[in-house]
Amino acid sequence: MAVLTVEDLHVSVADQPILHGVDLELSAGRVHALMGPNGSGKSTLVMALAGHPSYRVTRGRALLDGEDLLALPPHERARKGLLIAFQYPPEVDGVRLREFLRLACGERCIAFCEFQKAYPQALARLRMDGFDDRELNVGFSGGEKKRAELLQVYLLRPKVALLDEPDSGVDVDALRFIADAIRELAAGGTAVLIVTHYPRVLDHVPPAEVFVLDQGRIVRRGGAELAERIGEEGFEVVRG
Amino acid sequence: MSEKAVAKGLTREFVQRLSGEKGEPRWMREHRLRCLAAFRKLPMPRFGPSLAELNLAELEYYARPVAPVERWEDLPEELRHTFQALGLPEAEQRALAGLGAQVDSEVVYRSILEEVRAQGVVFTSMDKAVREYPWVQDYFMKAIPPEDNKFAALHGAVWSGGTFIWVPRGVEVAIPLQAYYRMQTEAVGQFEHTLIVAEPGSSVHYVEGCSAPRYSRMALHSGMVEIFAKEGSRVRFTTIQNWSKNVYNLNNKRALASAGAAVDWVSGSLGSKVTMLYPTTVLLGEGARTENLSFAFAQEGQWLDGGARALHRAPGTTSRLVSRSVVQGNAKAVFRGTVYVAPDARGAKAHVECSTLLLTPDARTETIPTLNAENDDVELGHEATVGRVSQEALFYLMSRGLSEAEAMTLIVNGFVSPILKEIPVEYTVELRRILEMSLAGGTG
Ligand SMILES: Nc1ncnc2c1ncn2[C@@H]1O[C@H](COP(=O)(O)OP(=O)(O)OP(=O)(O)O)[C@@H](O)[C@H]1O
Ligand SMILES: [Mg+2]
Repeated sequence: MAVLTVEDLHVSVADQPILHGVDLELSAGRVHALMGPNGSGKSTLVMALAGHPSYRVTRGRALLDGEDLLALPPHERARKGLLIAFQYPPEVDGVRLREFLRLACGERCIAFCEFQKAYPQALARLRMDGFDDRELNVGFSGGEKKRAELLQVYLLRPKVALLDEPDSGVDVDALRFIADAIRELAAGGTAVLIVTHYPRVLDHVPPAEVFVLDQGRIVRRGGAELAERIGEEGFEVVRG
Repeated sequence: MSEKAVAKGLTREFVQRLSGEKGEPRWMREHRLRCLAAFRKLPMPRFGPSLAELNLAELEYYARPVAPVERWEDLPEELRHTFQALGLPEAEQRALAGLGAQVDSEVVYRSILEEVRAQGVVFTSMDKAVREYPWVQDYFMKAIPPEDNKFAALHGAVWSGGTFIWVPRGVEVAIPLQAYYRMQTEAVGQFEHTLIVAEPGSSVHYVEGCSAPRYSRMALHSGMVEIFAKEGSRVRFTTIQNWSKNVYNLNNKRALASAGAAVDWVSGSLGSKVTMLYPTTVLLGEGARTENLSFAFAQEGQWLDGGARALHRAPGTTSRLVSRSVVQGNAKAVFRGTVYVAPDARGAKAHVECSTLLLTPDARTETIPTLNAENDDVELGHEATVGRVSQEALFYLMSRGLSEAEAMTLIVNGFVSPILKEIPVEYTVELRRILEMSLAGGTG
């Protein structure tokens, strides 16, 4: 059963059409992968679904649990259960990680006592115990930013998680616990989409379905083996 | 000064009568008259915001709408509610060493913890101190002489109420003393005088807050604060300024720091139509230090002209002047950071840092640093930044479920947090609430 359905989605950035009709379904409790060359529009898809004002949807629709997602402002989308992990999260001065997540959890109706329990667990899961009092992403290394992104999604337990390159720039050990956290998310019922360039993360979290995006269109769908082939032979295999 | 204003209120007769009714010693009466003469001679400030709408001829220079009481319960009902809503009686019970409340020209309530009184600390109204302690003459307007500027002179002529604190040698007052100022009468002028004398090795934290109902006519608040921090003493002075938007807030604040003394000014400015305020510390003794941490939130129609001055007159002195301003609507925030290092103040260190966050296209800001060192054995640092709210950060927070107003509040709070964390938590709750309310009203 698809929680998120994207139909014929066209998106422009700065009046430049980037996505030219994307169709996609994500199912509850499953992991999906989105691959594609640099500049093919993967992040554009993620940002447009999250409602970033610079990404303008010119055609098509997206339904979350059958409800029109695109009509909602960004925070309503999050409250309804769609969260993203940013490929390049911005730094937010003076806002402490804990304080921010407490607020965000409030918006997702996670009670304070529940937060008190889940938050330290999530920190431990992503090996971020020392980051509690740090300002959001400020001075984080590349890999730490990735972990902090996943930490947030992991803690907030959305219906749909769009993870934009959660594995880029992370070391081998981190890759393992990031993969574990993603698996756990899916096991809890979240529909996960991993945007990635590397089949390696998918070895740890086998995807039920792999989508390949090229020049703003889904050009191929397949099982986990599709990711393997792309990993070995490059995107030529899907261009035919 | 127009003749009309003189005729209306600011006459020698008025000043003499005020002094007489207060039962003041002769030195004070003479001081007031000297100030009045200086006021008439001095020009209006030649910089900063326009004071054209401030009609000095229309002001009430003295008002006493409420009689002093011993207990909160005895205040008129409306005022009692106001103070209750501000949480004053509660704070008095929980967190304060002493509390004073002034309405217009006179102090109406004052209390001090028995333990603190037993330490020998004096916490009383300025009027009473002038009557009771002849040696107050050695301090009163000795840090800021009447000739310093027109509003200092005006203050000296018509001052009334305020706080006098004397902390004996070596005594540390563990929790803050507080005063609350309220302007109640329409078009009133409030001129309270605060004098703090910290004897060697002592320490004290004083907090002042204020408010006023909003009227259509302009009112004037022109208080003066003088701090004498003797050898090795520590004085922290915190101000939460929330005057209504019809108040001209033109103050003078100055501290003299002896060897090894530390004076900190902490302030949050939210209210008033126009503020001109540049707390100054004169570092007179070797190793004296000062910090000035201020934040301002200027909204539609306001011009908050603030700043800080550190005058290094002795070797090994240090100063740190830090300001954070948030500007909304068509408001203007100015920060004048002045550091002067005298020829013999070798080894002085000064750091000036000013950041401004503009929330709207019409918001304006100016940073005016003046760094002047007369010897070359000094370390001077200066940083100034002006920025707008990052749209990427805003979207980032919203993408986790925070509304635009919540996200904006978080970003603004984050921006001012280096200052807010210096303010006792009882007051930051109120400050954050005010910020939140204003930001929820939209930023356009
Ligand atoms: N403001 C903009 N103006 C013009 N083109 C833009 C703008 N923003 C993005 N693009 C273009 O949109 C295309 C898609 O970018 P997107 O970030 O979605 O790619 P991606 O698939 O995520 O790539 P990568 O694998 O490198 O992360 C790119 O060609 C990019 O240059
Ligand atoms: Mg990308």
